[in-house]
Amino acid sequence: MSGRRLPESGNRIDRSRSIRFTFDGNGYEGFEGDTLASALLANGVDVVCRSPILGRPRGVYSAGIEEPSAFVEVREPWFEPIVPATMVNLVDGLDASGRPGVGVLPADPPSPKPGVHRHAHVDVLVIGHGRAGSESAAEAFGAPGSQRILVVDRLPWFEARESGVRTLPRTTALGIYDDGFVVLHERGTAYDTLWHVRAGRVVLATGAHERPIAFANDDLPGVMLAGALARYVRDHGVLPGERAVLFTTNDSTAAVADTLTSAGAVIAAVVDVREGWSVAAAEGTTSVSAVRLVGPGGETRTVAADVVGVSGGWNPAIQLARAIGVGLRFDEELATYVPDGTGPEWLMIVGEAAGDGLPATDAFWYSPADDLSTHFVDLQRDQTVQDVLDAVEGGLRSVEHVKRATYIGTAIDQGRTSGTLTAEIVNDALGMALGAQGPTSARPPVVPLPFSVLAGIERGPALLDPVRTTPMHGAHVEHGAVFENVGQWKRPRYFPRDEEDLDDALARECVAVRTTAAALDASTLGKIEVVGPDAGVFLDRMYTNRMSNVAVGSIRYGLMLGFDGMVFDDGVAMRLAEDRYLVTTTTGGAAPVLDRFEEWLQTEWPELRVYCTSVTEQWAVIAVGGPGASGIVRTIGTDVDLSAASFPWMTWREGTVAGVPCRICRVSFTGELSFELHVSAWHGHHVWDAVLDAGAVPYGTEAMHLLRAEKGYIIVGQDTDGTVTPDDLGMGWIVNPSKGDFVGKRSLVRPDTMRPDRKQLVGVITDDAGLLLAEGTQLVAESGTGATPGPGVGHVTSSYRSPTLGRTFALALVSGGRELIGERVFTLGRTEPIPLRIVDPVLYDREDERRDG
Amino acid sequence: MTAEVLARSPLQDRSDDLAAVAGELVPFLAQVDLRVDPAHAELAPYPLPLEANTAWHDRDRSVLWLGPDEWLVLSSGGSAQAVVHELTTAFGGTHHSVVDVSANRVALALTGDDRVDLLSHVCPIDLDPRAWGPGRCAQTMLGRAQVILFERNGSTPILVRPSFADYVVDLLREVRRVTGDVGA
Amino acid sequence: MLLIRCPWCGPRDEIEFRYGGQAGLTYPTEPEALSDEEWADYLFLRDNPKGPFHERWFHTAGCRRWFNAVRDTATHRFVGTYRIGEEPPA
Repeated sequence: MSGRRLPESGNRIDRSRSIRFTFDGNGYEGFEGDTLASALLANGVDVVCRSPILGRPRGVYSAGIEEPSAFVEVREPWFEPIVPATMVNLVDGLDASGRPGVGVLPADPPSPKPGVHRHAHVDVLVIGHGRAGSESAAEAFGAPGSQRILVVDRLPWFEARESGVRTLPRTTALGIYDDGFVVLHERGTAYDTLWHVRAGRVVLATGAHERPIAFANDDLPGVMLAGALARYVRDHGVLPGERAVLFTTNDSTAAVADTLTSAGAVIAAVVDVREGWSVAAAEGTTSVSAVRLVGPGGETRTVAADVVGVSGGWNPAIQLARAIGVGLRFDEELATYVPDGTGPEWLMIVGEAAGDGLPATDAFWYSPADDLSTHFVDLQRDQTVQDVLDAVEGGLRSVEHVKRATYIGTAIDQGRTSGTLTAEIVNDALGMALGAQGPTSARPPVVPLPFSVLAGIERGPALLDPVRTTPMHGAHVEHGAVFENVGQWKRPRYFPRDEEDLDDALARECVAVRTTAAALDASTLGKIEVVGPDAGVFLDRMYTNRMSNVAVGSIRYGLMLGFDGMVFDDGVAMRLAEDRYLVTTTTGGAAPVLDRFEEWLQTEWPELRVYCTSVTEQWAVIAVGGPGASGIVRTIGTDVDLSAASFPWMTWREGTVAGVPCRICRVSFTGELSFELHVSAWHGHHVWDAVLDAGAVPYGTEAMHLLRAEKGYIIVGQDTDGTVTPDDLGMGWIVNPSKGDFVGKRSLVRPDTMRPDRKQLVGVITDDAGLLLAEGTQLVAESGTGATPGPGVGHVTSSYRSPTLGRTFALALVSGGRELIGERVFTLGRTEPIPLRIVDPVLYDREDERRDG
Repeated sequence: MTAEVLARSPLQDRSDDLAAVAGELVPFLAQVDLRVDPAHAELAPYPLPLEANTAWHDRDRSVLWLGPDEWLVLSSGGSAQAVVHELTTAFGGTHHSVVDVSANRVALALTGDDRVDLLSHVCPIDLDPRAWGPGRCAQTMLGRAQVILFERNGSTPILVRPSFADYVVDLLREVRRVTGDVGA
Repeated sequence: MLLIRCPWCGPRDEIEFRYGGQAGLTYPTEPEALSDEEWADYLFLRDNPKGPFHERWFHTAGCRRWFNAVRDTATHRFVGTYRIGEEPPA
């Protein structure tokens, strides 16, 4: 094969704009409008790459997205590890090299091309701007309800007939989804765009792909789809070879022959199966040099040639349509599968994609031979006719199973050139009729795209998943806080001073809370206003305990259960007025709890007069805790009497702190005297600064977890996992037996929720006071520590090293745990069992004497 | 110092990034969430839009439809307390909810001529003139953040929760960094 | 990406919604009167037809209303959406 540039012709190239590029280290020239494939052919490059499994030389096979042979890695100007050369638009400074079928990522990949996503809403989307596509666009334009028309095509440039029609060149459709949702990939100059298009109607005008006929060495560079030969002449002014053999089953090759001869090539032979002739083999080392033919009587001839144009027939390009439910039927005259008219009513298939205008074709799939081991069917998978027959011989009857066994159709082209061929070889081998089983279908993306385009601008961490911060975040950063992720939130985990590590900071912060005064940013907790005459009744149904009798000015802690009786969330309800509550939730529970409230009010109890409004970010919350807590609040300035006599535990007061309005709540998650300051989020930073200036030690979530665990307080999602009931937690007291129904109540008396061996929350301590158990540690009875360990009787949910207790401790869920308090339980160490003791989960201040300060 | 002076607005340090996307902060916008049966809408001191996703505006007040029984009342330059007071007075005899949510969302406004182009990169709703324009509002997503959008003449205000505000600015900024100042 | 016609907001992308499972399941007025089997049925058993299915959707990122729909589970096509309390489409 010796391709060359023709002196004239080439509709798509601009001969005044020369482009330099590098391929496999060699410098070449091409023109604006060339693809890498056309430019390589123009420069006489035969071998583009090696096949993935067998390492055979491969060259350009087609002129479009159906390319199964010539794969390259592009390094400049943008990195793409594997792409067909026919899909690479030639640009200045392009640097590419041939790949085997499997791409290899470099250790330090260069930056990919930038990409964005974009949404569009159109009335009509036309995919493909060939004859049928442009006619459809013109017809749609001006029709009622069709003002917004978008036409896309992978051509680098085209113009619609009507000026009001919007066009997107260099664009391929990746998939068609429900309700006219189509994803497009636009390859722009500086960046790519992934379009999310919602179309009222979709017109598929994607044309048809030529398919080959299999023969010996049909993968040799120089063997190409016949139509591609003519396209390179017409579109790019490139003649792929001087002496052509055309192997055909239909009349479409007549035009190809004309185009080639007009360009100066010689047609060495037209091998027409309808006249009983076939190509037995292509011959040559790294490219075609001769072709061996077989006639109707078995006579053979060998002709010199450097290019073979093969036309086994034409397959409508309906890969996009099959995934959305369009079926196929076999057309005997065309010897191919065409859409059968099924599919969504908003999808129309026109032109060659529907089978219109395709030539009558003889069904001929491969040249018979004793040795079929180089009759390639799927070039990218290095699979031959012999491989297909072996699969059938092995007992596979379904085309789907042959696909999985041979991988035919799973490569980048997803079977565009191989699918119909394979299906008919299988049908024939099984003695089934033509068209009995159709080809396997392609999946989106039907044309490959780089991951960087899928990502668009959503690159981690902050643009992939929003990083949510509280109003005091800047202050935490200034204070050197080390943060942890709580869902999407960043919360300070600890505030190391000087060279402190986590353990040092944790110990210091806990001591500060228990002995002086400390402050925690608790702003992330969910907050919901529940308002209306039936607010109390509603909350009674949502929580296990009664909320309707909470006095105005008081606060009550509550548990919420799922239908199945399992703990779902916890929080406090503050009664602000007769018909008004402020409900708090866990950080992660803010949205689920609000959603659940709305669900019950809208779908089950619309008669209840209750309105819910989210105020999670309206309020900043600062928890000031410790024996010195009231001193801190007085220092920053307040008009509220903080004495225990006047401000009892679990009540709230409204006033000012540090010069701004504040609702102060006496709640404590640590067991120490504690004031939660609820201020406008606009004032959060100011009040936090004031509290720290007054001497409060900032503490983080790590200390908060430890301190509450010493009091045996649960954290939903840490000590619970959706399978834990209130009684399991020793919180049977929170289920009000005299109240009416609430969500989950019925489930608490199911056989499963009443089993005596249910896992119950207990404390667990090690004999060695310095040994820290890992959270998740599995526990066994003594009998379970033998040669075959188990069964498990529970697991550790929380575990800490406590400066207050002067030892490590853990919370755990243990089967029948409350009965076992005082008894031994074990875990399995590396060499021998570790003895533990089950204790009460409240290890600090059991009488709650600390909380009034 | 007064409480106003001690207040900090989200995005108050992001004016450069906002300017880069032809946007500006509308700090401390008064916002009040009203929930009441639409059958009582005429009790309101100003029109409550009854058609979904529409808004009413005059010089001092804007009212955005959020749901069949929920509206967001905005006061530019005024106080939330005044809005709370006038609504509580108007609906005093009926079951209703009036909640100051001024700090619950921060307001920014896009004013560039290309703002629909910019938004189309991150927002899934139809912003074509057929479907969007002055008098419209919508609750939807910008990227992964829930927002409220509405359209005035020459600007598109966006209401977003403070914890998502930096993300929204970063998102818009990144779109423009890749696409350049004016979209194709 | 389904296009879902919220009865208030009109057509919006599926990403703005959350699926709510089977519609028409009324919370029992007296759960304590149900046997364990009946209660388990209510908690866990759902219909699973191939074809039109009555289901619920929640417009989480929009107007935050729950509404009902009839949708074909095989083709994904919505027969219609309707407000709670209204009659389903034929």
